[in-house]
Amino acid sequence: MTGGVRLLPYGDRALLVELGSTGEAVAYAAALRALGADAVGEIVPAARTVLAVAGEGAAVSDLRQVLAGVCPAAGSVDADDTPLVEVPVVYDGDDLADVAELTGLSVEEVVAAHTGQTWQVAFGGFAPGFGYLIGEDDRLHVPRRAESRTRVPAGAVGLAGEYSGIYPRASPGGWQLLGRTDATLWDIERDPPALLAPGVRVRFVQVPR
Amino acid sequence: MTRAMRVHATGPLALVQDLGRSGLSGVGVGRSGAADRGALRQANRALANPEHAAAVEATFGGLEVAVLDEGVWCCVTGAACAVQVDGRDVGSHAVFFAEPGARIVLGRPGAGLRSYLGVRGGVAPGEVLGSRSSDVLSGLGPPPLEVGDVLPVGVPADRFPHVDSVTAPDLAGEVVLRAVRGPRDGWVDDVDALVATPWSVTERSNRVGMRLGGHALRPARDQELPSEGAWRGAVQVPPSGEPVLFLADHPVTGGYPVVAVVVDADVDRAAQLRPGDPVRFRWVEAP
Repeated sequence: MTGGVRLLPYGDRALLVELGSTGEAVAYAAALRALGADAVGEIVPAARTVLAVAGEGAAVSDLRQVLAGVCPAAGSVDADDTPLVEVPVVYDGDDLADVAELTGLSVEEVVAAHTGQTWQVAFGGFAPGFGYLIGEDDRLHVPRRAESRTRVPAGAVGLAGEYSGIYPRASPGGWQLLGRTDATLWDIERDPPALLAPGVRVRFVQVPR
Repeated sequence: MTRAMRVHATGPLALVQDLGRSGLSGVGVGRSGAADRGALRQANRALANPEHAAAVEATFGGLEVAVLDEGVWCCVTGAACAVQVDGRDVGSHAVFFAEPGARIVLGRPGAGLRSYLGVRGGVAPGEVLGSRSSDVLSGLGPPPLEVGDVLPVGVPADRFPHVDSVTAPDLAGEVVLRAVRGPRDGWVDDVDALVATPWSVTERSNRVGMRLGGHALRPARDQELPSEGAWRGAVQVPPSGEPVLFLADHPVTGGYPVVAVVVDADVDRAAQLRPGDPVRFRWVEAP
């Protein structure tokens, strides 16, 4: 990836690093974080980019130099030494049949595909404790619903684009819903408060309703 | 003896704010903190507080608090407004002592939107994830102040205030915010319309962002942009074409293109704009 990193302007305190995929963005953000450079403050990974904000008192020119020198480990995701969380799911979501139709799978095959791969938290952002999870293959890539729901309950497990995710609290939302979990995604009394922090690997486990 | 203040009136919105939370973007928690960081820092300097001490951010005046058992040193910064202690004018941007039982009342600012009531020792409700800031987007931190709330005041630092007053900002003049083009300037037809248009701040503005009216920037592509990190000062263009300037409680990531980013030093000034105020942008080079 060296030399392949594009840096886009982002005001006078930050730069936006453009990458090829979510996996690359995750790996780049992890490598950048591991450097622990003073020139780097907040690091915000997302779908194809990493936003890097200069550290307090650091110049953007120093930030630029650090960003250009980041060498993410080969392979996108450093899977073996990151924590694995099992999330129990009742697969009774309102969009199961639609997802089956969109993917050409049966409902049982959708559930098998969802439980049969290891997901990893790529980035957060929608609400505290929400993690955008990337999977191992593209069998379950589906568009968002044409119309958002005004209320999706806490614990709803869904799909949108290349991601799976779990609503940490009730909110409006447009993801295709597969089921629900009673896992606590976000608890400010817990350390860490988020169950699904970036890098965490996730296995969904089917449980009876 | 308790060092504390009781809230008697809040005005439209009164929030506890410090300099916010850092390092939590990955779990969807934004920075938050004072919308006008410079004003908070100024209050803390005047009172010899650590710069991250929390104050009350009063939106458009109307805040009234009573000092409980122990007197406190205070200073109001940000949007200049009348400040009265038991009916006596002390003025904003001045350090004053309020005796036990005294009522402190903030009037509506003549210009600007947000005034900060700083207290020596800082207001000190419990921290959430390392900060006392109320984040109106995520709901983290102390809820908006309500009548009857008792706000604890922290332990003063060893140093003492050594100024009587600080400089009030001029918030009455025309506002031209400096902005750097990009990162997604190519996602609208004509990004120069951002600097050519006399914008006005709409009513649909809060600590998350300020929606601007006066023109609609036309999208240049009908693709969807994958979610990207967002930051204070980002000018995001949603499908309506009316830009939104992100302030303290902006979302951590967003799916609409950011076509320009206001330079950090000008974002505090932007946070003092009121609905109806005119505002312009001008381009500056990226550093």
